[in-house]
Amino acid sequence: MISFSAVAKRYPGGQEALKGLSFSIAQGEFAFIAGHSGAGKSTLLKLIPAIERPTSGTVLVNGQNVGALKKSAVPYLRRNVGLVFQDQKLLYDRSVYDNVMLPLAFSELGGREAARRARAALEKVGLAARERANPIQLSGGEQQRLAIARAVVNRPAILIADEPTANLDAASAASVLEIFAAFNQVGVTVLVATHDEALIGRFARRVLRLARGSIVP
Amino acid sequence: MRAWLRQHRQALAAAFGKIGAQKAAAALNALVIGIALSLPAGGYALLGGLRAATAGAALEPQLSLFLRADATRADAEALGARLKGEARLRGLRFVPREQALKELQSSEGLAEVVAALGRNPLPDAFVLHPASSDPATIEALAAELRALPGVAHVQADSAWARRLRAIAGTARLAIALLAALLAFGLVAITFNTIRLQILTQRAEIEISKLIGATDAFIRRPFYYLGALQGLAGGLVALAILWSSIAALNIGVAELAASYGSDFRLNFLAPGDSLAVLLFSVGLGWLGAYLSVSKYLLEIEPR
Repeated sequence: MISFSAVAKRYPGGQEALKGLSFSIAQGEFAFIAGHSGAGKSTLLKLIPAIERPTSGTVLVNGQNVGALKKSAVPYLRRNVGLVFQDQKLLYDRSVYDNVMLPLAFSELGGREAARRARAALEKVGLAARERANPIQLSGGEQQRLAIARAVVNRPAILIADEPTANLDAASAASVLEIFAAFNQVGVTVLVATHDEALIGRFARRVLRLARGSIVP
Repeated sequence: MRAWLRQHRQALAAAFGKIGAQKAAAALNALVIGIALSLPAGGYALLGGLRAATAGAALEPQLSLFLRADATRADAEALGARLKGEARLRGLRFVPREQALKELQSSEGLAEVVAALGRNPLPDAFVLHPASSDPATIEALAAELRALPGVAHVQADSAWARRLRAIAGTARLAIALLAALLAFGLVAITFNTIRLQILTQRAEIEISKLIGATDAFIRRPFYYLGALQGLAGGLVALAILWSSIAALNIGVAELAASYGSDFRLNFLAPGDSLAVLLFSVGLGWLGAYLSVSKYLLEIEPR
């Protein structure tokens, strides 16, 4: 499903974020990307939906070489990859419901089916009762759950999250991880970057450890 | 197809939403565009009025051929037959002396003068339309016609017609230049409005790109916004033009009445009005296209 082969990433300033990474994530797998701040976790995750392109090596997602993907094809790749960020990236000028509807606006779904999907996604993350609220009225954990609902509403095959629990208390963090685990149980491939070793310890999953851009044992 | 139409409907609704959210700014933009567009549109309407006012006079070069006063109708018919065979003429009209007198009598202030004459002093005449508009050719033709038997006088009316045509041509060119200049202004206004909108919506655009929106999907509401802004400006321009012509016609009616005419300035024909609207919509869209092409490229999720 996701395959990195000798992937390196060097930013224009010369900073080498990733050095010859090679690994694979199978379909339906749940894996953590662990490592300290600056280890290269975010860069690794950004390569999957082509937010960044590798300087060298090959990133394959569902058999597609992401590095060689045309710019016009990138949106279609991203529709199959749900993204959750530490800062949620929500729109605060619209309701919880409208935030979840955003990815459905450019889908092929009709209005009624889109609304049903959006409500189902909110139901799964426990925010069905808050659909009319503004995201600013939600707690940090609720905002992160809203971001997850938006990420999964298009039913992506892959869900990637970059430090989704960094700003959350332990209970909220565990609740967010439980949601990821639930999606993984229905076949979604989940990749979570975190520096929270305690959280990783609570979930017996595969862990890829990064240090200075390389995978370490 | 249905999804595509739905997306267009959503984009149009989003554009209306943006206008609704910034009513004052949108109204001001429409007013600026409307004033800018009303200038060339008004010039065009006035030129149309000038054309209507001079419709009775030929704008094309023509020759007036007057027969001698003692020429009989048979002489006139013989001359007419000869002129019809002249290849350098593309048309002619015979004006009998009775008709000429009638036309003179109908002229404002001349009826009493003509009545005082007691007899018809006017000769039979031909109005000739040369095939060529070249002044030298027309003058040469006039010289030849003067030499024909029974001809008293040939007057080449090309000089004033040329002047009038040159004035009308210059006015048309000036209007076209003004329209082109103001079109740049309109594009610049829309360009800037859309630029500000893009900057305001930077976060939304970035997020939309992250979750799989295509460039076309992101661009669409801005195109509609530019086109709607142009349309609003076009409507304002037509409203300004209509009001101005209505106001001018009060004075024009009075002036025309003093010449015994019922001449009025006309509002643009429906086709011309539609052209103004399409022009303004097109320029609005162009401004949006240029702005979106420049600034959307700069927004990439990081």
